[in-house]
Amino acid sequence: MDEKQVLQLVIETVSREADDLGYNELRVPTAETSLFGGEAGVDSLSLVRLIAAVERAAEIQFGRNIVLADEKAMSMRSSPFRTVGTLGDLLYQRLRAVDG
Amino acid sequence: MGDVALVTGTRKGIGRHLVDHFLHKGYAVAGCSREAFEGPLPEGYRHYLADVADERAVVDMVRDVQNSCGGITVLVNNAGIASMNHLLLTPLSTVERIFSTNVFGTFLVMREVAKVMSAARYGRIVNFATVATPLDLEGEASYAASKAAVESLTRIAARELAPFNITVNAVGPTPVMTDLVRSVPKRKLDALIRKQAIARFGEQRDITNVIDFLVSRDSDFVTGQTIYLGGVS
Repeated sequence: MDEKQVLQLVIETVSREADDLGYNELRVPTAETSLFGGEAGVDSLSLVRLIAAVERAAEIQFGRNIVLADEKAMSMRSSPFRTVGTLGDLLYQRLRAVDG
Repeated sequence: MGDVALVTGTRKGIGRHLVDHFLHKGYAVAGCSREAFEGPLPEGYRHYLADVADERAVVDMVRDVQNSCGGITVLVNNAGIASMNHLLLTPLSTVERIFSTNVFGTFLVMREVAKVMSAARYGRIVNFATVATPLDLEGEASYAASKAAVESLTRIAARELAPFNITVNAVGPTPVMTDLVRSVPKRKLDALIRKQAIARFGEQRDITNVIDFLVSRDSDFVTGQTIYLGGVS
């Protein structure tokens, strides 16, 4: 598992959820695609759904049960949920932490 | 996927009864307790050794139930502990233990199960309150306060989870003759029961009756409610 694989997983998950969440602009996301907190991006409920979907996808692909919205993530000065890329970074860190 | 119920605190008492109840109704049932399940595991039931206040254990359990059963349609947050003592004689550690299981445990299991339910856009969550909260029972300050917190969690979770078609309610039983109240002096229990509109001990069927109503698919317009038994309000 490397950072690219993890980012790809987040991209695929966001793309898969885009229709259900009603965000056309998320159908073909990149690392730079805005997720939450700026002018563009999703509403808070959709973010909740996306985070749960990414946790689930990580479990299926990497066999690790992780919680993304932990205390560290919620207290970061710069939100890790800003873009698809920052969410990928957060997921990679959490997966690494589980592996010790 | 058929209906799948996750019940916490299933080793004995009401939780154990709920396992049989949901199995009888055709659910696949999973449950947990801190200690081993008493007696042989019923067919169709999965048991986890897990403390509901342990985040790691809850996350692993919920994901395993999701993987094994294909989802979770009903959650009953039954796990709870009580302690009767005068405020002046209650150690902080007792209060921490009560809040840890009753509040943090309810929160954690609800959070993780709601993730599963939100993906399926359907769910029924029932938490456990108590008549000790509206009755302001002396000697139950920490227990009643912890369940007041559960009621607040229930009301707010109901609003936050409504967009996912998940309902969140609570049942507030009167004393039922389980281990939870066995250590309470009889005169205290009698005095408590006299405060109810219907002055008798609760029975398991009183609780399952309300739970059946709350988890029914027809109850999709009922959320954020705490239903007390025995005519307490």
